[in-house]
Amino acid sequence: MLVDSPPEQRAETAPAPPTRRAIRAFGLLLAVAILVLVALASIAIGAKELSLGQVWHGLFEDSGTYGDVVVAERLSRTVLGLLAGAALGLAGAVLQALTRNPLADPGLLGINAGASAAVVTAVTFLGITSLSGYVWFAFFGAAAVGALVWFLGGSRGATPVRLALAGTAISAALYGYLQAVMIMDDAALGKMRFWTVGSLSAANESTIRQVLPFLLAGMVLALALSRPLNAMAMGDDTAKALGANLNRTRALSMLAATVLCGAATAACGPIVFVGLMVPHVVRSFTGPDLRWILPYAAILSPVLLLGADVIGRIVARPAELQVGIITAILGGPVFIYLVRRRRTAQL
Amino acid sequence: MSKNRRSTVNRLSAENVTLAYDQRVIAEQLSVEIPDNSFTVIVGPNACGKSTLLRALSRMLKPSEGRVLLDGQTIQSMPAKKVARTLGLLPQSSIAPDGITVGDLVGRGRYPHQGILRQWSTEDERVVQESMRQTGVAELADRYVDELSGGQRQRVWIAMALAQQTPLLLLDEPTTFLDIQHQIDVLDLCAELHEEQGRTLVAVLHDLNHAARYATHLIALREGRIIAEGAPKDIVTAGLVEEVFGLRCQVIDDPETGTPLVVPAARKARVGAGAGAGKAAATEAS
Amino acid sequence: MKTTNRTVRTPGGLSVRLDVRAFTVVFLLLVAALTASVVLIGTGDFPIPAADVLRTLFGEGNAGQEFIVNELRLPRVLVGLLVGASLGLGGALFQSISRNPLGSPDVLGLGQGATAGALTVIVLFSGSANQVAAGALVGGLVTGLAIYVLAWKRGVHGYRLVLVGIGVSAIVTAVNGYLLTKSDIVDAARAVVWMTGSLDGRDWAQVWPLLGLCAVLVPLVLCNGRGLRMMEMGDDVSYALGVRVERVRLLLMVAAVLLTASATAAAGPVSFVALTAPQLARRLTRAPGPNLLASLSMGAALLVIADWLSQRAFGAEQLPVGVVTGVLGGVYLLWLLVTERKAGRI
Repeated sequence: MLVDSPPEQRAETAPAPPTRRAIRAFGLLLAVAILVLVALASIAIGAKELSLGQVWHGLFEDSGTYGDVVVAERLSRTVLGLLAGAALGLAGAVLQALTRNPLADPGLLGINAGASAAVVTAVTFLGITSLSGYVWFAFFGAAAVGALVWFLGGSRGATPVRLALAGTAISAALYGYLQAVMIMDDAALGKMRFWTVGSLSAANESTIRQVLPFLLAGMVLALALSRPLNAMAMGDDTAKALGANLNRTRALSMLAATVLCGAATAACGPIVFVGLMVPHVVRSFTGPDLRWILPYAAILSPVLLLGADVIGRIVARPAELQVGIITAILGGPVFIYLVRRRRTAQL
Repeated sequence: MSKNRRSTVNRLSAENVTLAYDQRVIAEQLSVEIPDNSFTVIVGPNACGKSTLLRALSRMLKPSEGRVLLDGQTIQSMPAKKVARTLGLLPQSSIAPDGITVGDLVGRGRYPHQGILRQWSTEDERVVQESMRQTGVAELADRYVDELSGGQRQRVWIAMALAQQTPLLLLDEPTTFLDIQHQIDVLDLCAELHEEQGRTLVAVLHDLNHAARYATHLIALREGRIIAEGAPKDIVTAGLVEEVFGLRCQVIDDPETGTPLVVPAARKARVGAGAGAGKAAATEAS
Repeated sequence: MKTTNRTVRTPGGLSVRLDVRAFTVVFLLLVAALTASVVLIGTGDFPIPAADVLRTLFGEGNAGQEFIVNELRLPRVLVGLLVGASLGLGGALFQSISRNPLGSPDVLGLGQGATAGALTVIVLFSGSANQVAAGALVGGLVTGLAIYVLAWKRGVHGYRLVLVGIGVSAIVTAVNGYLLTKSDIVDAARAVVWMTGSLDGRDWAQVWPLLGLCAVLVPLVLCNGRGLRMMEMGDDVSYALGVRVERVRLLLMVAAVLLTASATAAAGPVSFVALTAPQLARRLTRAPGPNLLASLSMGAALLVIADWLSQRAFGAEQLPVGVVTGVLGGVYLLWLLVTERKAGRI
């Protein structure tokens, strides 16, 4: 094929022909199938080895045996993984579109820092030690920082760079506080060094019930934002020309991302990299259309998260490796490979 | 203005170059001479390799075979600053650093003439003022580049390339994204640089009529091969346009300048003839 | 707010161009850094008045003061100045090369790489302070090399560099997290202090290698600064202007990696100096370009002032300086963002 300009400068802007749409739709179905398989694996496989019969018994004929308890635990863990994964992937995709920065992830806008700082405060100064106790602190820490970043980033006049810088500045300040507390209080260090890695293992029904409404609302909002965000991707002026309400889109995007990350982080601790990586991977085969990126991200992120969680249960038997560690060790090389192989689709 | 190009040694030429990005070959065994003191315009359909050729001529792209010669030397082997004092390029994509003023940006064009101990001579100052005056951006000197309109911005970038003071200047689609008035402004400026200062200009242009009106030397490319080259008057014919662009047309004399003017055949005429016409139009008519 | 350039010319045709505002900013930052240094030397369990500190530094103090100043406190302050300067300069280089205000060594994983080296030594071998420093240096250099090699593909594209850096960073951070959960609580506490960045107990043995490295690298970087300024306009434009883009980029990246890794080896990954110092500097000078000297001075000033604050507020060995640089740099950047919003420019 003959091209006129170097490959890195060409933008994929051609509208998708029907066949490509069919392929994408099929791909989405395939992704759902993979997700179902991973979810099943997450219920069937664990640090404790159970036979398939025991798993079946636990799922459908629960009579409180030891196996049944294990299966129930795995079930809530799997549900949390599904929800948190989808939330992180969606939040990452929305934030990257909002800030037009490929580096945007929940960590970037200070949301992780906010959650962590609130949790360390709860642990050290308020003596709260149970996970269900942290959840609200983490959530409100994340939400408060999200709102603060929005305000300091210029609220109505927010630009991508200002949002990112405001997030970074707040993170810097909050991590300073976090480290100070961890250094001065060994008990906090003991708790926080596990919490900050991110894990699904502490999942239980009450945690899930606490965060579920927020996660669902956030997901619906994020998916509804795909069209206005698509318009914004072409630059503020073009978006205005297309009739998009920039301020409303920005505010709602921040809201959706904050709610999603805040709730996910509250339940599992700060799991980094899922929200950053999955949208990138997705963009490499869907192109820049958020109407495809968002659903794909919502389905493939839990695949990564649950898959990593399953692997974490197997590799270090009888102990477990935290899911945050596995996602990064698995996802990192894939991510680098993708970055190298393709010209990354511009935002 | 057009010379017999084999008989004189021109400053810039490409000898049997093969141009490729990774494994994708754009042009093979291509030889081009840029006549000195000409305003050469490269035209061709999308993806014919015209920008690629310009990138090779400006050493942005290293040919996988063959060589580009500047003043008789392989351009890749020459010191970078020396080339930059002889040959300037205005690329399609350039980034204005955040918060830079027009005057500062134009001043950066003086880089190849400066050194660590010669950072800003009176000559630099004079040339920058002169370049901004020529491009009509002198009164914008203290404005921020990111506040300017597209047309103004393009003139600022041209001013930067002018400040480089090179006898050869290569421009990659300098009129893209400009409205018609600014397109003509930019082309007038190019013609002025060529006629009054004797600079050799090479430009890639999309608009065939602009090319025919302003060029002194035209190179028509298709699929990485030169189909024709020479003075527009001599080579722009209905046959050439059909061969290069696949468009049926008439070529008449431009009532303003007498240069060739390409008038695409009416839709019905093209559909009636069938050959080389837009397929959408053909299906619509059937 | 146009840039305020002044040109100095000699009759022999030599000329130097100065941005007056930027020059003033650099000067004031250096004064601030040195003043803070003098005050910092005087701070501690045995307070010494600033005048005595100056007298002692010029060799006219009494024996007791001379020991405290020259042997205990001066090297620590010098390490702080050098580390801050190295981080500020390294950050400015990376942000300019990657054309991203977030493309600092912290984000690209150099800090994490050095941390991985140090944590390996702390957790697996319970090594000495010097071994930890060596581990950090090796970790940082290996990570820098890995990022460059992985990002190389017909040249290093700024965008790809940042993304590959993030990937590497994520992997290394995960390894660090793993090491931290594997360690016993004593090693973990030591590791967290190291990871925060601290100047505690630094002596002349850390000063000399850092000073030597800076003496070589800083002039080298500044000489190539003009090429870097051009590269902000895109590779094509700068190449057309005669900048050897790929060579300048490689050279400056190697310099930035060396600066960052050695600074991290000396004081731990002092957080956010590399990220915030260039942004702060750029907002003060209001000049386009990488603002290398201003970032360097800002880094030095930020670190020494942070160290002084942490000692004043929490006592000599309480709180590592990295905590304060994070808070200080973050709050200052926020303040600038807020005031700039009123001024109406980014």
